[in-house]
Amino acid sequence: MSLLEVRDLRVNFPTSDGVVQAVRGVSFAVDAGQTLGIVGESGSGKTVLTQTLLGLTAGGEVSGQAVFDGTDLIGLGEDEMRRVRGAQISVIFQDPLTSLHPLYRVGWQIAEMIRAHDKSVSKADAAERAVELLGRVGIPQPRQRVRDYPHQFSGGMRQRAMIAMALSLEPKLIIADEPTTALDATVQAQILDLLLRLQQDSGTALIMITHDLGVVADIADDVLVMYAGRAAEKASKRDIFYQPHHPYTKGLLESIPNSSAGSGRLRPITGQPPSLINLPSGCAFHPRCAYVMDKCLTEEPALVAVGDEGFHRSACWLPVSAAGLSAEAEETRRKTVDAGRHEAAAKVAEAIAESPEAEGSVIA
Amino acid sequence: MSTPGPDPTVQDPAAQDSPAPGSPAQDAQASATGQSSSTGQAGAGAATGDDVLVDVRNLVKYFPVRGSGLISRTVGQVQAVDGVSFTLRRGQTLGLVGETGCGKSTLARCVAGLIPATSGEVMFEGRDITKLSRGAMRAVRRQVQMIFQDPYGSLNPRRRVGSIIGDPFAVHNTAGGGERKRAVQELMERVGLNPEHYNRFPAEFSGGQRQRIGLARALALRPKLIIADEPVSALDVSIQAQILNLLADLQSDFGLSYLFIAHDLEVVRHVSNDVLVMYLGRVAEQGHKDAVYDTPRHPYTAALLSAAPAADPDTAASRQRIILTGDVPSPINPPSGCRFHPRCPKAQETCHETEPTLETKAGDPPSHQTACHFPVEPHEDLTQPAGAGAAIRESR
Repeated sequence: MSLLEVRDLRVNFPTSDGVVQAVRGVSFAVDAGQTLGIVGESGSGKTVLTQTLLGLTAGGEVSGQAVFDGTDLIGLGEDEMRRVRGAQISVIFQDPLTSLHPLYRVGWQIAEMIRAHDKSVSKADAAERAVELLGRVGIPQPRQRVRDYPHQFSGGMRQRAMIAMALSLEPKLIIADEPTTALDATVQAQILDLLLRLQQDSGTALIMITHDLGVVADIADDVLVMYAGRAAEKASKRDIFYQPHHPYTKGLLESIPNSSAGSGRLRPITGQPPSLINLPSGCAFHPRCAYVMDKCLTEEPALVAVGDEGFHRSACWLPVSAAGLSAEAEETRRKTVDAGRHEAAAKVAEAIAESPEAEGSVIA
Repeated sequence: MSTPGPDPTVQDPAAQDSPAPGSPAQDAQASATGQSSSTGQAGAGAATGDDVLVDVRNLVKYFPVRGSGLISRTVGQVQAVDGVSFTLRRGQTLGLVGETGCGKSTLARCVAGLIPATSGEVMFEGRDITKLSRGAMRAVRRQVQMIFQDPYGSLNPRRRVGSIIGDPFAVHNTAGGGERKRAVQELMERVGLNPEHYNRFPAEFSGGQRQRIGLARALALRPKLIIADEPVSALDVSIQAQILNLLADLQSDFGLSYLFIAHDLEVVRHVSNDVLVMYLGRVAEQGHKDAVYDTPRHPYTAALLSAAPAADPDTAASRQRIILTGDVPSPINPPSGCRFHPRCPKAQETCHETEPTLETKAGDPPSHQTACHFPVEPHEDLTQPAGAGAAIRESR
């Protein structure tokens, strides 16, 4: 039994322009002590997905299940949710300056969080605990710094303070939403290092939302790749990087400048992410997919097992044997596409090939 | 793109009117030995010649810090850029890397002539633009354009895209009426925008498309130098690759030179010929990108490279991280001696007292220069901090 098990989660936002289908049936599980990386472009639904778990998507129509430690979080009342949020699941956001109150001392904010969940803790004890937590996340001279205001902290220190706050109630799950995106590389390395060590010490589960595949390669165990509100692919970290099946995953990997690939042309994914109000028919990725077939225009592929163990899953019409970056896999993809592409899909493929970004990319 | 063959000057249209005798041969030789002409030695004469577009010598930019109160007087100086020299050749890309607050954006703005330098020279095609009159500067501005990180923030949301891209023509009074519209639509097509979207507003475009709009505007006056300040860091990875490819195409088509600022080291390596690593307003290390990336000599460069996340699980697992302690110190009151010493795993007594000079270390090609008393040796393990830096940080 996993610590968190999300089943067929859907979130729609009715707007005057139409229904925004932010999350369209996502399932995943996280075990204690494990790290799940959720990757995807802006607007792929990765943030809405995790905010929904905490009841933070006001105005959204939510369905599905999210069983955390035996309790379904979906449809939980506000009072009950408050006992879970912070105490059992805490969140670290991208921009710590907007998450910290500018007019209160950092230490006070941490102590307040502790007392909000447990009134029996005295003010003095909570303050002492704040000092201890700041020290634990590597803030030098915590006894002095606890009295600082957020603006007196640097970006890296603020993010450490946020982590201290997230740890203050010893949660079972931490959701980190792009926690290092606003930070410099050396500070990012410090923060990732810190998260890893804290996780090792306390066995906390971690959901790391990021658009940076480097961060995922560094600290994730499993990876969920999201596209247009759905899971495009779900696998262990190694399978995602070395045996990708979904053309979107493959496209993401190939878009990254990489010194070993030399400084030739990059191979971007053509086009733009779709609007979640007006999704493309069939597979939502088909207008950008180099392997588009007729089937892709009309039928949305289910998330099916790619490997033998069934954990590696991908939502693509390409056969299981098309997984990977090898020449054989490419050959399989090409053959499948040749057989499955007729007039309709050929038109789409032509549009992709003629798009301004396509030059130099591999188009079947 | 970034390494456009052994001889970039041949395909460089801007170089056609200046034959640059001998430079192709020099160039080929330089590339073959992994060198470049980015010597950065001010006044050494090594970096002169017709193929040099920008030659920055000992550039200094201080911002005064004023005290509070009615009569505010200067109580300190933010030493944003403190004695930086480099050269940028035609058709080439110089990558500028460093952390927040290291002065890379200030340096870029000084080179663009957007803010006056405190001292030093910015030679653009042999003329020092820091001493030009307003009128003469106007002519130079046509040659130097900037693109920014946030393309939406640099586009007026209430104006139509066609008129935004046409602005440079209006400002410099070059093309008018129907001619301007034609020129703008050509530019739009060139950067991969649909010319029929001439009358749309910036809000109707996605992030990548907005960056294309910014590029079209920058290209309007056929500049020789484009200063790109974090042009792809706000974009998703798939879109980022589109823009990097476009930048490469434009460079070879128009013979552009780029001063490319980014914090993503893989991106910088991909686009650059030479790389300059800044730390707290000073140059820590500079040289050909392969020299700097493959054999970093400054401990800061080594730490920066080891900290960059690799999008490959095996590399990530096997790599020894040099985790620096602390943050970048304040440029108002930079550390004594070597500015990096409070965070440096190799810091010794000398580093507190004496500022290291930027020089070529033993075994390096002449273009590869490092400002460090104790440069990193090949295969040296820096993963165990020596403690000196940590002790100093405590006492800060």
